[in-house]
Parts: sequence; structure tokens; C-alpha cells
Amino acid sequence: MKIHEYQAKAILKKFGVPVPDGEVVTDASQVTAACGKIGGNVFVVKAQIHAGGRGKGGGVKIAGSVDEAVEFTKQMLGMKLVTHQTGPEGKEVKTVLIEQGINISRELYLGIVIDRVSSRPVFMASEAGGMEIEEVAAKTPELILKEQVDPAVGLRPYQARKLAFGLKLTGPQVRKAEKFLLSLFRAFQENDCSLAEINPLVVTAEDDVLALDAKMNFDDSGLFRHPEIAELRDLNEEEPLEIEASKYDLNYIKLDGNVGCMVNGAGLAMATMDLIKLAGGEPANFLDVGGTASVERVSSAFKILISDKKVKAVLINIFGGIVRCDRVAKGIVEALKEVQVDMPVVVRLEGTNAEEARDVLDHSDLKFHVAATLKEAAEMAVKALAN
Amino acid sequence: MSILVNKDTKLIVQGITGKEGAFHTEKMVEYGTRVVAGVTPGKGGQTFQSIPVFNTVMEAKKATGANASVIFVPPVFAPDAILEAADAGVDLVVCITEGIPALDMVTVYNSIRGGKTRLVGPNCPGVITPDECKVGIMPGFVHKKGRVGVVSRSGTLTYEAVHQLTELGLGQTTCLGIGGDSIIGTNFIDCLDLFEKDPETEAVVMIGEIGGTAEEEAAEFVKANVSKPVVSFIAGRTAPPGKRMGHAGAIISGGKGTAAEKMKALEAAGIAVCESPAVIGETVKAALGE
Repeated sequence: MKIHEYQAKAILKKFGVPVPDGEVVTDASQVTAACGKIGGNVFVVKAQIHAGGRGKGGGVKIAGSVDEAVEFTKQMLGMKLVTHQTGPEGKEVKTVLIEQGINISRELYLGIVIDRVSSRPVFMASEAGGMEIEEVAAKTPELILKEQVDPAVGLRPYQARKLAFGLKLTGPQVRKAEKFLLSLFRAFQENDCSLAEINPLVVTAEDDVLALDAKMNFDDSGLFRHPEIAELRDLNEEEPLEIEASKYDLNYIKLDGNVGCMVNGAGLAMATMDLIKLAGGEPANFLDVGGTASVERVSSAFKILISDKKVKAVLINIFGGIVRCDRVAKGIVEALKEVQVDMPVVVRLEGTNAEEARDVLDHSDLKFHVAATLKEAAEMAVKALAN
Repeated sequence: MSILVNKDTKLIVQGITGKEGAFHTEKMVEYGTRVVAGVTPGKGGQTFQSIPVFNTVMEAKKATGANASVIFVPPVFAPDAILEAADAGVDLVVCITEGIPALDMVTVYNSIRGGKTRLVGPNCPGVITPDECKVGIMPGFVHKKGRVGVVSRSGTLTYEAVHQLTELGLGQTTCLGIGGDSIIGTNFIDCLDLFEKDPETEAVVMIGEIGGTAEEEAAEFVKANVSKPVVSFIAGRTAPPGKRMGHAGAIISGGKGTAAEKMKALEAAGIAVCESPAVIGETVKAALGE
């Protein structure tokens, strides 16, 4: 799960990670009071959306006065901010973060991820702040400092100092960075983060070390023990059909194609999408209906699939293991009585009781295209589009 | 021969009295697996379908001489269940549970690393040696004793590949799902190494998917260490970046972990990469020169 910058900074602050003073506004009328609270006469106005690259899209501006901060906020609220991560349609800005201006002397990069190779959390740090780490990793991998954390002992102060000295910090900056890193790791660990990224991490003219930007992603599997974080989920940032699907506990991801698909199992669902593409079509979605594929789940899945207006055909691919295909077939027939589907439906059921399942489909009043193999199923679905 | 499990495997089911545990214990017993004990804390002394239930894994192992364990407990308790099995000295622990927090698995993995216990999973269908032993939730009947080793990050997609091998009469030595999470106990390389050393395995099917770099690392390993033909399929060529495709570990992040990159690395290592999941069986047949 993703959260907004201002939410991440609030969490970091609670863990003792220094962040700039800031206030959140949702209306331009709140800006003057916010600036008064922050103090000073330089303010940074930052649009809050779940995407990177906001600066280039006009979502981050420096105001030299309260009036200018009000003006920038007015421009940002309600605008569709387009960045390389939002897609061409952009994301509507509904919240703006106003922060104090900072005297930046250096911009650095700092991130923590769970490294799949070492199976440990790993810190990544670089002197190239503000740049995307993937770009640094591709061009100059030797400039990235890495420090693995042994989960049994956590991040040790010496490791934090190694990173601080590696980033060429000096004098009082080192001790401050050490505290910063230790606090950041605690925030990462205690909140079940999957990613914490401070880009840039800045050193100020006053030798302070603080998080100018902050991104925190959370492990969905860990959210059950952090209800306060689960509450930060912003539905405005999500695809409406995906929100709808999550209500039925369906694993659905919307894509841009015209062949809707319903599959049991994530790997087979991805493989089915790939097959549709190979057959010359475009998959409209990823959808894992889960192992049971009950009538209720199948009919909710149909409802979701066909509410995507681009979908012109539906392909159902179920490999019956523990779940029996004839049950799934009955589920499909029942679901189609409940949900009006006026497009071709191709069904491929393989595995336990596949024969009986074909019988069920053949003897229903509904018109199915029944496929025998994976390949045939995808080809039939794509062919059905043409008719 | 086979890898990891065979007719002599003596299995403990952790969480045997739970809904999933009970259901799959029946299926495993039906298949012929020697389920010698169950563990449910507080239910020690009871029996489940004439299988003795113990309070702890240690007791179960001592009383029955079990050498493997399969875990069907909810995600909150699963990390503890894995550590308990490792502490009891069980050789093979297969964790079926989906949804264990990644940082919990980081702790568990680093704690048991280097010890005698091998962990398969979590979030996996398990391990099966056809006609001998089924440890997990896969449908037994699609499997057939034979010559091909199968290793995969997926569940139903594996059954699909297995089904093709069975239909073509090739059969399987052992099939295992290593799990769809980002932190898993046994990886592709471990399995490729075991299959290479197993005299009955003549070819290996490796089914990968988007996310991480496990397939790329496996490709390097195959190039240097595997003499048997390896056939691969990578799911998720059409998956968009930044979206988790069902499995916790199936996500393209920061432009890394794409199917295209993986396929390229596998091809460069001399592995036969299938364009379509529908041709895995016939590609194996061709790789075996038949």
C-alpha cells in the first residue's frame, strides 16, 4: 500500500526522523494560517499524489511570500497533475502540503528495501540526491552505497556511521545522520514497510540532516497489525474497479485491452493474459478468482469484468485441482443467470471432472464457446472479438 | 529416485485440526503419503482420523521419527510454526500459508539459514513425488511418475505444465512450488542443483514469473552447473509495471523484474524458453530429442 508524502512525514516525525515543518491544506483559504504556523517567508508548495516526478509536472513550487503560496495552492488544487508515473490522464490534486523553505547545501539519496537476494533489509545511499535510484544504478552502480541489516540485531550504529562517512558527511552532520538512519530503520521495521525512500535527503546550511521528501510503501500482508496505517489508504488514488473487486476479495487489476479474463491462481492468470496477447488480442485485466471459484465469486467477477466498457469478450480459464470443474461450471451457469452478459464467453475447464463440466456447459441454455486447450481458448476469445 | 520427498518420508501436519489442515491431510493420506503425526497446541493426546495429535513438533518427532512437516496455520502463527519445526530438527518444512508479512519471513529465513532444516515456501502448493508422496495441496491425479523435474513459483500454472507432461507420457520425478512471495526458503538454484544430481531426472521445467531476479540467477547457475536440458516459461509478459500481480513477489518495480529481461537471461544460458504456456510439454519432448 502507498501513502502520501505528508502522511509518511507524519509517521517519520513520530519516530524521530527530522522533517521540515509543514501543514496540510485542502483549500486555498487555509494557506495563510498554515504559513503563519510554519513561520518564515519562503514556503514550498507540494501537490500530494501517489506518484513521483511531481516537480517536473508543476506539482512542487517555491513561494517567496504568503500570497504566492496562496496563488500556487490555488493553481494546484483540482489540477490534473501529469508525471511519468501517472499516465497521460494524470491524477487530480486534492491535498497540498506547505512546508518551510530550507537552506539546502547538499542533496543525497537514501532508501531501504527488502532485498530478495540476501533476504534482508538493505539500505541504499548515494550522493546523487534527487535523481531516481534506478537511473543511478544503471549508469554508475559503484556510486551506490549498500548496507545489509541483520534482522536479529537490527541496524547497528556503526553501520549508520559507515553510510554517513560514505556519503562524505562531516562534523556534526555525522552524528545527526546516525540518529536519522537509526530512527528511519525503526520506522521501516515497526510499520512493516516494503520501501522507505528519502529522496532527497538534505544537509542544510546549518548542518542539519532532514527528509525533504519521503515515500513509504507498506507490505499488504503486514497491514493487519497496523490499523492506523490501513486507514491512510486513499481511494482517490486507486482504480474504481479495483476498489470494487477488493470488496469481494477478488484479486483484480485493470489493464487496457478488450478480452476480459477470469482465472484461478495468479501464475495461471498472468499466463492467460500472455496467451491472449500471443493470439493477437489484448488482455483487459488480471483476475484471480481464487481456488474455490464459487457461484458468488464467479458472479461478482463477471460484474467487475463487464463493467469495464472496453471488454468485448470474456475468457474463463480454470484448472480444477482440489476444486472440481463441474462445480465451477455450475457456478458459471448460475452466475450468468444472475448477471446479464451480452458478449461471447469462452470457457476452458481442465482438471478434476473436466468431462462432467463440459456436459454442464453443453446442457445449459446459455451460449458458451467451450475450448479444450489453453491455446484454443485464447484463439477462440480473440476470434470472437472479430465477429 | 526423486528429490526432497519419497515413499519413506514421514510427515507431520502442523495445524492438522484446522479447516485447511484437516481437508488436505485427508487428501495426502488418500494419495499414499505417510502422515505420522499432527500438531495442534492444546490438542495433544487426541487423534485425527487415527493420526496421533501432539502439542509440540518436538514431541511429534520424538514419538514418530518424522522427518518432514507441512504447515497449514494462519499467517500470524506460521513464522512461529516454521521456527518450531526447525528447532525440532525436522529436515524438510513445507509452508503452504499465504500472507506472511515479509519482515517476519526475513527474521525466520535468517534464523534458520545454515541449519539442517530446508524450508520450501511459504505461499506455495508444496512438493510431490508421483505415486510416492504428496506434501501439499496440489491435485495428485494430474501427476504421473516419470522423467521430468518441475520447479515453479506458481500453483495452478504448475498443474497446467504437469498436466501437459503427463498427457505426453513424460511424467515427473518430483514437482515443487517454491512460492510466490519475495522471501522464500528454497530457490530455483537449490532445486536445479538437486535435479541435476538426481539420476532419474532427465530434464527440468522451470516456471518463473515477473518480479525479482531469481530467474536471472538461475540462468547463471544453469550455464555453469546443469548438464540436463532445462525448459522454461515466464509468466507476466503483459503485466504492467508497479502492480502486484496476485503473488506478493510478482511485481515489476523500478523497471526491474520484467519477463523480457528474464527470458533474455534464460535464453543466453541455453535454456529453451517457451513463448506460450501451452507448449511447455512439447518443448520438453523436443529438448529430450523425442
